[in-house]
Amino acid sequence: MIGEALAISAFLFAIGVFGVLTRRNVIIVFMCVELMLNAVNLSFVALAKLHGVAGHVFVVMVMTVAAAEAAVGLAIVISVFRHFGTAELSALRHLRDEW
Amino acid sequence: MITFFEFQFYLFGVLALASALLFVTRRKPVSAALWLINVMFALSGLYVMLDAPFVAAIQVLVYAGAIMVVFVFVVMLLNLGDSPVSDARGTAVQVGAGFVTLALLANLLVVQRGPRASVASAPDAENAVTPVAVSLFTDYLLAFELTSIVLLVAVIGAVVLAKRRARP
Repeated sequence: MIGEALAISAFLFAIGVFGVLTRRNVIIVFMCVELMLNAVNLSFVALAKLHGVAGHVFVVMVMTVAAAEAAVGLAIVISVFRHFGTAELSALRHLRDEW
Repeated sequence: MITFFEFQFYLFGVLALASALLFVTRRKPVSAALWLINVMFALSGLYVMLDAPFVAAIQVLVYAGAIMVVFVFVVMLLNLGDSPVSDARGTAVQVGAGFVTLALLANLLVVQRGPRASVASAPDAENAVTPVAVSLFTDYLLAFELTSIVLLVAVIGAVVLAKRRARP
């Protein structure tokens, strides 16, 4: 049971990494990061069956940080979209203000 | 002979993996987001079967209910729904990413085969929330309090970043 859950978690994490590496749309890359966070959460919950309830507490923390990250990240996406007129990662080449 | 419980467990697992594969191959951001929500519901089912009903509930409430709604909202706000060209990178990048992904997957699966020390599990409580709550408000109280500061900073940061700046 725990071994299967950990294997599912590994597959989900790998799928998330594949998405981050192959997509260019900022929002989809973001959602792949969320998928990776979910995979790690599944590992935490599975191992909590062996090591006690601390794993569940970690999952609560991860979810809070994920919510904060989504809020700030999507605000950055909106800001970038206003600036460049696109949400493609390949359009973001400069750190300076004008381009 | 697999039991009904095991059948359900594998069902949710296969559902999660299939939805994740569909999610990562969809072209439109909205359909990708909906498949990701499906992954999260399947994971919630797995959490219930792994004796974590509280985590399953907040998975549905926070992830599927709040975070993904924000994603869909931003997709629709920016009108990214129907881009004429795919945003996937070229074939060479995809093959390279496939190799990297398979190497990572093999790594993870090998690491998971290592010995797992079994510590005494938490005693069965009468309800699902009590052990988590006791742990959260005693051992991890400082982390819990710091989390509120993280959320406050995130809210302020989101407002500052998304605010329309006056052009000079």
